[in-house]
Amino acid sequence: MNRHFRFRKFVEWANWVGMLCCMSVSVFFLVAILGYVLVHGASYIDWEFLTAMPVPAGETGGGIANALVGSFLVVMVASLMALPIGIGAAIFINEFPSHGFGRTVRFLAEVLTGVPSIVVGLFAYALVVVPSGGFSAFSGSVAYAFIMVPIILITAQEALRLVPDSLREASLALGIPKWRTIMGVVLPVSSRALITGAVLAISRALGEAAPMLFTAFGNSFWNVNLTKPIATVPLLIYTYATGPYDDWHQKAWAASFVLLVVVLLTSVLTRAFLRGNSNE
Amino acid sequence: MSSETYAMNDLKTRELEAPVATAIEALGSDNGVRMRVDELSVYYGKVQAVKQVSMAIRTHKVTALIGPSGCGKSTFIRCLNRMHELTPGARVEGKVLLDEQDLYGTGVDPVDVRRRVGMVFQKPNPFPNMSVRDNVIAGFRLNGVRDRKTLDEVVEKSLRGAALWDEVKDNLQKSGASLSGGQQQRLCIARALAVNPEVLLMDEPCSALDPIATAKIEELIHELKEQVTIVIVTHNMQQAARVSDFTAFFYLGELVEFGETGKLFTAPEKRQTEDYITGRFG
Repeated sequence: MNRHFRFRKFVEWANWVGMLCCMSVSVFFLVAILGYVLVHGASYIDWEFLTAMPVPAGETGGGIANALVGSFLVVMVASLMALPIGIGAAIFINEFPSHGFGRTVRFLAEVLTGVPSIVVGLFAYALVVVPSGGFSAFSGSVAYAFIMVPIILITAQEALRLVPDSLREASLALGIPKWRTIMGVVLPVSSRALITGAVLAISRALGEAAPMLFTAFGNSFWNVNLTKPIATVPLLIYTYATGPYDDWHQKAWAASFVLLVVVLLTSVLTRAFLRGNSNE
Repeated sequence: MSSETYAMNDLKTRELEAPVATAIEALGSDNGVRMRVDELSVYYGKVQAVKQVSMAIRTHKVTALIGPSGCGKSTFIRCLNRMHELTPGARVEGKVLLDEQDLYGTGVDPVDVRRRVGMVFQKPNPFPNMSVRDNVIAGFRLNGVRDRKTLDEVVEKSLRGAALWDEVKDNLQKSGASLSGGQQQRLCIARALAVNPEVLLMDEPCSALDPIATAKIEELIHELKEQVTIVIVTHNMQQAARVSDFTAFFYLGELVEFGETGKLFTAPEKRQTEDYITGRFG
């Protein structure tokens, strides 16, 4: 074995070690975040924390029930707006490509995913809060919908693009009109990828605090009225984490843990559901 | 056969004499003509893929389209039910008459055309989201028919028609994608038959199948022509000779020769036809 060859072996090895280090660092931070939240948050979680209302500052005990319900409500209303719009737009640009501006729309959607969420919040503030005269759960949903639409649009278009043209042709050749071909063949065939994209968008929205600051605004009391300010979990975390009380910091960790678990559960359950569906 | 040989380039530039009009007239005088194609030209952008083709397709006969790759036969068959319209930039000139009605006339809905002129594709393409049963009645169901009894009858009749009933009757709820390739293709034929088309177009229906599955489909074609007029594109000349009553030879977008299969294969009139069927090119 000559020296040159040994040197090349060494370079090969050094590269491998370098990449291993990079991988370890990224995994380390992921595990660290999960572990830190777990250690600080999990101990505080009990049934009361999940089901009780918040108590006034300084008192111990109490929970985040209103924020959990608020998050659920705001995200649900946002999904009701974002899913039809995002999927509808994806259908339009993918199934009717002759209109040409599909690529432009797609590009805009990609840009939109990069817009800071605080800017999205400001926009929703100008669009809904100012004209309607006050903060509201609905304005929060609008802000979330702005975040969700481009994600849904991009994932849905990818999903539709993967449906083979031969299936569209098979359907059209049976004398099935185009819209029924889309509803009866294209969407069902791509449904898994569509659902995955929707869940991705929902998970993303669930964790966003910034767009809620001047829209949903937060609320220490119980509220399910869409026209009134509402508490959401990320907003509550923000408030508690920046507050002066140790007990609040504890609660912020616990709420973070709850949020992580909810997001994780959503993805895991979706995956399980999709896998179950494939075993026909 | 002449001993002289010539290159492909000569073929391209050679004048194609005597349009096939005479052959068509001979056929056209018979009133058993289901479809009549009149001076059909197809363009993809500026490229002309089919050049002024005229042809008559006879009722309850099998018409085979043969020719080398890229000769326009697939493009041509896709014009017979307006499927080529799905290709961006495709444009058609000329007429395609089905029972004397111009399929390209104003106010004719391509959806209606495709209901009357069914199609089976190169690769079996059952709907993967549907069971065998749902695949067969897809044309019905997606068109809004819901009556269970009617649908059950259609399922059995179509699957029997496609010679698939005995193989799948106990498993109608199985996914269509779980069948073998040959079964899938027969399922696609059943699906096309279910909507009762007048004409069935088959675009190289056996090219993705093994010889046994191919033999089954060929046998099926023989039976099917009792109830439906068939046009089949094939790369396989033996197949054309076996299954068809009439054969059309396409070359470079033109219809070189068209006539009864027996005659075209034993005594072709044109040099190009002879060279192709004897395997000199293509």
